[in-house]
Amino acid sequence: MTEYFDPKTQGGATSKSRRNFLKTVGASGVAAASTPLWAQATQARAAETPEGDPAKASAPAPGMSRIQLNVNGVERTVDVAPQMVLLDVVRNELGLTGTKKGCDQGQCGACTVLVNGQAINSCLSLAISRQTDEITTIEGLERGGELHPVQQAFWEHDAFQCGYCTSGQIMSAVAVLNDDRIGQSDAAVREAMSGNICRCGAYKNILAAVQDARKAMKGGG
Amino acid sequence: MRAFDYARPGAVGAAIAAHAKADSAYLAGGTTLLDLAKIDIMQPEQVVDINGLGLDRIERLEDGRVRVGALVTNTALARHELIETHYPVLSQALLSGASTQLRNKATTGGNVMQRVRCPYFRDGASPCNKREPGSGCSAIGGVNRETFAVLGTSEQCIAAHPSDMCVAMAAIGATVSVHGPKGTREIDFGAFHLLPGSTPEREHALEPDELITHVTLNAPERDARSGYLKLRDRASYQFALASCAAQLTLKGGVIRSPRIALGGVATKPWRALEAERILEGKAPSKALFEQAAKAAFKTATAYEHNAFKIPLGQHAIIAELGKLTGLATTQEAS
Repeated sequence: MTEYFDPKTQGGATSKSRRNFLKTVGASGVAAASTPLWAQATQARAAETPEGDPAKASAPAPGMSRIQLNVNGVERTVDVAPQMVLLDVVRNELGLTGTKKGCDQGQCGACTVLVNGQAINSCLSLAISRQTDEITTIEGLERGGELHPVQQAFWEHDAFQCGYCTSGQIMSAVAVLNDDRIGQSDAAVREAMSGNICRCGAYKNILAAVQDARKAMKGGG
Repeated sequence: MRAFDYARPGAVGAAIAAHAKADSAYLAGGTTLLDLAKIDIMQPEQVVDINGLGLDRIERLEDGRVRVGALVTNTALARHELIETHYPVLSQALLSGASTQLRNKATTGGNVMQRVRCPYFRDGASPCNKREPGSGCSAIGGVNRETFAVLGTSEQCIAAHPSDMCVAMAAIGATVSVHGPKGTREIDFGAFHLLPGSTPEREHALEPDELITHVTLNAPERDARSGYLKLRDRASYQFALASCAAQLTLKGGVIRSPRIALGGVATKPWRALEAERILEGKAPSKALFEQAAKAAFKTATAYEHNAFKIPLGQHAIIAELGKLTGLATTQEAS
């Protein structure tokens, strides 16, 4: 077992993760020219506002609205334009990049988040319209450093290859397992999760992970 | 996505007033509007968010009809006890549409208002009479398989209406309640969606600024049985190639009050009235169903790639009628 990467004992600052690598490169300043425009905009906004918190800054920029979003149990204040979708706001404004942008038009499910416990496509939802809702992203599933049973099951079943669809798959699976109107058979799970496309075709292991997580959650996991 | 102004009124009157102020679109679930705004097919200057209007209830009226708020989600409607019990065709149709995530967002009013899935309409570049009246129809003579109709088409447009929910509502019978600047009115469900004819840009009977507030389903027929059969390229998360919503009552061994509607094959949710007339008062038999199915497609026009929809749609009718009447019409693999 020890030959496998263990998220509980490894990772963090000591890991040469892709994210840390990118952060290092970004901080060097050398890569500024290759920084995507949206990231530059985010950095610029963060520089304008003390500690990146718009609530402490002056009025929102023209065309922007200052809104409150409850994300993973935390009230966040963020300035948004009306046309900004929840997907872009959680990723680019709140820094929660676990939610992925795939097709950006409601066809692939990579951007799935929970709103009031229900799975939705965050790419087709205006952030400004979600101010009274409870939003849960993949970052909000763990409890005290312990993976959610669905995350654990995906890990154990190797329910991914490239991993790009995985956070969306997991969010859908959590919603499916918490919805007693959805049947428990393999066919029912496949149908309920047909809105999450896996380009690598890891469906067999995804299904196995979901059904295994069901047992773990029943057992009080 | 282009920038737009945003309003979130708290009352129907205020929503209509806000909508009238600019080139506006009402936002319900957003699964059509935001999709089409992202690809620049819809370009509203203002989005009027109607999610604060409280139109999210399902209630049984005194006359037995069931009134569904425009903002009831597809999931909530499909899973509601009244719908599961009295209108299985509607529950089945809703659950066969889109994906779980989309059904959790998509609303009753929005589903009624959803736009066609014609790739030439969506590409923003090809000639399309619906998008740019008078520019021509790229589907006629183009690739016209999955999302194209054989019934109700015109030389201007052959895009199929994509909804499953609406097909079930056409079979059940319903009324669309709308509010507008001139007050409220009721539109018969069958008259709500328009045939393309020479004006494919006109898709529905709404006047400017009018807002759908409810869809009211006809009272359930006593002892009626109903169901929905959807045939598609994939087993899930795919638009219908052909679908059949059917409702009927069996009394004394004969069919009474049959209601048949078709999806995937027509430019609007399609009542098969001729098929219904053939079925009324007759004892179920495979020959009868075949006769009804043939009549349903009597006026069909096949295009280069979708001619298969005529026999497919006929078999959908035959199979669904067989299922509802307990008559084996197909050789099931199971």
